[in-house]
Amino acid sequence: MTSSVVTTAQDPPPPAAQTTSSPQKVPALALVAPSVIALLLWMIVPLAMAIWFAFQRYNLLLPDNRAFTGIANFTYILTDPALWVSIGITLVLVASVLVITIGLGTLLAVLFNQEFPGRGIARVLAISPFFVMPTVSALIWKNMLMHPVNGLLAQMTRGLGLGAVDWFADFPLISIIIIVSWEWLPFALLILLTAIQSLDTDQIEAARMDGAKPLALFRFVVLPHLSRAIAVVAMIETIFFLTIFAEIFVTTGGGPGLATTNLAYYIYLKALLEFDVGGASAGGLIAVVLANIVALFLVRSVAKNLDT
Amino acid sequence: MATSNKSNQWLIGLLAWAVAFILFFPILWMFVTSFKTEVAAVATPPQLFFTPTLENYIDVQARASYFNYAWNSVIVSVGATVFALLLAVPAAYAMAFFPSKRTKGTLLWMLSTKMLPPVGVLVPIYILGRDTGLLDTRIGLIIIYTLINLPIVVWMIYSFFKEVPKEILEADRMDGATTYQEVVHVLLPLALPGIASTALLSIILSWNEAFWSLNLTTFDAAPLTAFIASFSSPQGLFWAKLSAASTMAIAPILIFGWISQKQLVRGLTFGAVK
Repeated sequence: MTSSVVTTAQDPPPPAAQTTSSPQKVPALALVAPSVIALLLWMIVPLAMAIWFAFQRYNLLLPDNRAFTGIANFTYILTDPALWVSIGITLVLVASVLVITIGLGTLLAVLFNQEFPGRGIARVLAISPFFVMPTVSALIWKNMLMHPVNGLLAQMTRGLGLGAVDWFADFPLISIIIIVSWEWLPFALLILLTAIQSLDTDQIEAARMDGAKPLALFRFVVLPHLSRAIAVVAMIETIFFLTIFAEIFVTTGGGPGLATTNLAYYIYLKALLEFDVGGASAGGLIAVVLANIVALFLVRSVAKNLDT
Repeated sequence: MATSNKSNQWLIGLLAWAVAFILFFPILWMFVTSFKTEVAAVATPPQLFFTPTLENYIDVQARASYFNYAWNSVIVSVGATVFALLLAVPAAYAMAFFPSKRTKGTLLWMLSTKMLPPVGVLVPIYILGRDTGLLDTRIGLIIIYTLINLPIVVWMIYSFFKEVPKEILEADRMDGATTYQEVVHVLLPLALPGIASTALLSIILSWNEAFWSLNLTTFDAAPLTAFIASFSSPQGLFWAKLSAASTMAIAPILIFGWISQKQLVRGLTFGAVK
């Protein structure tokens, strides 16, 4: 079942299918082949192994107790309520960070497109978080900003007489969303700002001459111009958000309870903490299927948006 | 949409600077904290004025040997980038200048391999790594980073090659240039800025990659992402040291990113946004 979904969504084009009618196509084929073969292997070998393991009882701590168990791993994983919780958390995480980064990113792109003193420096500062490695950003937020006792946010709210919030205990998922948004908002800003800069200023002047209000200008001139850039941002961000890991790994460890366990973290718990190779492989295949469903929509919309 | 009104412009400038400051603040705060003593780092209210010390940087180096991790990061990022370019440049050349009916499909398929969640194949890769002895080696990480960055690298170079006017190459070919001469003397110099920005992005992505590096390395090949993660379970007072370690881990790539931000945009969007 899983393999068929994979092939429908990803449909590896056999390199041999390229026409060899003209003599020039022959070197072309040879040049493309290494990349295609490398990626095919990268995709197929681990996937085949995952399918192989998924039908076995295989725990790294008990290697002798290895046997085929049919679909036992799948029934075990699929009936594990934690799996469904983690899928829900994955989707909430992806959707909310997408909305925040693209929404705010668009507004900030308009803002940073205005003339103001020191614009170049302000832009460089604003996009900096994108270059910070996820483990570092998670640790800064966890220890120095969101810490319930000594964190800056706690000190500020206490200073205002509001008491401190224990972010990772009381709002774990929101905390993760804030951290990931902080990392990726600069990315959306960077791309959308570049897209806005390519907007024809004459067009805007003309619209303004015609008496268009700023809001209408934004809605009917700027936003349509950005649609392609927004599609690109959404695609790249989704690729990365589906597999958010480091931010959870160094802050909440998936907790409290399952509050921040996304699918990536769920499988990680199964694989490297419980050493359950069979179960983790089955979970991994489910993640692949989920990603393929998302990819199906994304690749289609991107194919429409990018003329290659 | 330049505002003619002077006071409006002031307001916009103020707002934009406030946003930039807020976004940059966590990094700034980390940087400042790295020069405090541990006691000053957790002081209430936060200290803005203090005597800076380099003690944390010395301690971090003593505790975890920063340079081993940093060296691993450099080797792995650069190594993966070189390999990805070696694979991608010929492929992109063929697809950009000798497109077939399959080219678009091949490109989209390559991108779709990026959508395979790494967790889906974590266990097989871990076992493959264990059985081949590539676990916790730099070459193991280089292979993986080459493969995960390859689709993006191919796409980027492809879109840069597409921007090179075909006429230039054809004129050159008329003059009797061989394919090799054509590529080395005409195409590569023209596409060099694009290839450079592709390399930059590949290095940044590899430097910051934290799924495979955390799961597949323990010590020998552990890059800076793992170095920082080792500070995630605090023992006692450690914020200033954590800040110093973090500053050292991100400084090289942050400066790199500042310098190359303009080129990065074109690369990141496969030339779709200019």
